[in-house]
Order: sequence, then structure tokens, then C-alpha cells
Amino acid sequence: MNEFIALMLFTLLALGFGGLLAWAAKRFHIDGNPLIGQIDAILPQTQCAQCGYPGCKPYAEAIANDEADINLCVPGGETVVIMLSELTGKEIKPIEAEAKPKQFAFIKEEECIGCVKCIAACPVDAIIGAAKFTHTVITHECTGCELCIPVCPTDCIVMEEPSVTQRNWQWPKPVGPIGEGARK
Amino acid sequence: MSDIIFILISTVLVNNFVLVKFLGLCPFMGVSKKADSALGMGLATTFVLTLSSILSYLVHAYLLVPFDVEFLRTVAFILTIATVVGFTEVAMRKLSPMLYSILGIYLPLITTNCIVLGVVLINVQEQHNLLQAGLYGFGAGTGFALVLALFATLRERIAVADVPAAFQGSAIALVTAGIMSMAFMGFAGLVK
Repeated sequence: MNEFIALMLFTLLALGFGGLLAWAAKRFHIDGNPLIGQIDAILPQTQCAQCGYPGCKPYAEAIANDEADINLCVPGGETVVIMLSELTGKEIKPIEAEAKPKQFAFIKEEECIGCVKCIAACPVDAIIGAAKFTHTVITHECTGCELCIPVCPTDCIVMEEPSVTQRNWQWPKPVGPIGEGARK
Repeated sequence: MSDIIFILISTVLVNNFVLVKFLGLCPFMGVSKKADSALGMGLATTFVLTLSSILSYLVHAYLLVPFDVEFLRTVAFILTIATVVGFTEVAMRKLSPMLYSILGIYLPLITTNCIVLGVVLINVQEQHNLLQAGLYGFGAGTGFALVLALFATLRERIAVADVPAAFQGSAIALVTAGIMSMAFMGFAGLVK
């Protein structure tokens, strides 16, 4: 008799707890992964596709699904990598594309026909100009995403390295990982 | 009142579950690499411990004892703990997705964390009432969180220290844990 009671009691207990969990799953139901939205909010929304994904949202999805690393966003730079690392708990790594020097687009004005196609293509609105007038690039706004190059009908846009001026000159970066050599 | 303070001090410091009773060592070693996630894990465990202590007490006092089926208590407590953890996981995923992603695998692992089953079984053994059981669970969780946070901050500093090659990684962590345990033995004379 006691065994029967124990069996019934345990079944009821399990059913009760199961019901509670089912209710909780319904009550706290969420559509999709909320992490994607948070990652997307950190990304700079330039939609430049330098990370290899068609835009910021697809890249956010790839990070959330552990398919992509957090160090692929070139326009976001170090700041975005650190913020993503805090959010996802992944380790901070240097930006992958930083090996290649930072470049910006330059429009050869004598070849520009003023077609405004590059203005539409620029994700950060760094190109100014109007129809039938030559365009030019606002250098410090350009992220170097190269999206304007394929759309230009006269191939008048080239990537250039920024010239060193008194305003942007910096000391060369120290060689090797920080702290190495200092200890020995 | 003194009873409450006694239970809290006793569980947090004197009879600390991790360093004196040696329960819950798996997350103690596993989640203590970063202070942030250690704090999150400590909070989650405290929450689960308090809730499962109270719920297990109710299950024991109002279901198992009246029907004279106390031999079911271990399996019934495991069921209770699993439910509380499942509930916490679902709720946390909605309310704090960041903490959810930080805790990751460790949140469901609270289910099999022996500290939780240990606390609810000791509750029965010591014949605590509802308030005492809840406090005991809360104190155990707080002690766990405290020790985990201390240990994680220690490990963060050890990570950048000049540790001999033979001691690097888990070895130095275990040595640290041992020294911490000895330090906590010093609290033994605090109460009574």
C-alpha cells in the first residue's frame, strides 16, 4: 500500500513540476535570439560588408551563433571589439584586417562625370557632390570599405593611404606583445 | 534574531560549503577565470539555493512526511532542484539575456551541483523549520558567491603573475584554493 502511495505521490509531484515548467516556457517565451539585437546595436551600422557578411545584422547573427569571430568589424575598430567581448565573453583580439594599412577612397576629379552612383553606394555618406558636378570624399568620414569602387562607371575612384601631416602624425607602435621583454 | 545571524555567519564563513565542507567544487574551479562570470554564477546559485531550500522543505514537510514516504526524499529533492533550475534558466533568458550568455553551460549545471542537494539534505537532517531552511540555503549561496568572487579575482591576478612553468594553469589554482581553505579554517573559532 505504501509503495502505491509513494508511486502516486511522486507521479503527481513530477506532473505538477512539469506543468509549472510548461507554464514558465509559455510565459517567458521569446522570439529568436535576443543577443542578436544587442550585438547589432553595438555594430556601427555602416553596412560596409568588410566583415564578409552582407551587412551588420547578418554579422550580428553570425556572432550570436558562434559562426564568426568578434574581430572582423573594421569601421568599428578596437572599441567595438572590446564592447562585443564584454557582451559575449569572448576574448579580445586585434582587428583582423588591421595588418593592411588604413586607406580611404580618393576621387580623381578630372575623370569624374558626376553620376552620383558612388554617393548612393557609400554607407557612411562620406562622398559629397551633386549630379553633373564632380564629387569628392570627406577623408575623415571614409571607412575604407571600397563599396564605391565597383559602381563607378569611369573607374575614377582609387584607394589611397592617408598622407602624413602634422595633425595626424603618431609615434610608431611598439614592436611585440605588451610587457614582453620588460619582465626579463 | 540572533538565531538568524548565527545561521548566516555559520554558513557564509565558519562552515563555508566550498572551502570547509568541500561541496560545489566543480563550478568553483570552472567558472572562476573571470570575475564577471564568477559573480553571475554566484548570484544564480544563491537564487537557486534559496528557492530550492524553501521548495524542498515544503515538499518534505507537506508531502513526504504526512504520507510517510520519506525514503523518496533524495529523488524528490533532485526533481525539485531540476525544476527550480529549469525555471531560472527560462526566466533569466527572457529577463537578462546577457547574464544568460555569460553563464552558458554552467546554469543547467547547477542542477548537478552537489552543493544544492547537500544543502537541502542537511536541512532535513538538522530538522530546520521553513525560515531556517530558507536562511540556510541563502547563507550557503552567499558563502559560495563570496568565495567564488574572491577566488576569481585572485585568479585574474595570478594569470598575469610570473608563475613557474610546472605550476601554471590548474595547478596554481588548486594550490590557491587549498591556501584559501586553510585561511577559512581560521573562522572556526568565530561562533561558540
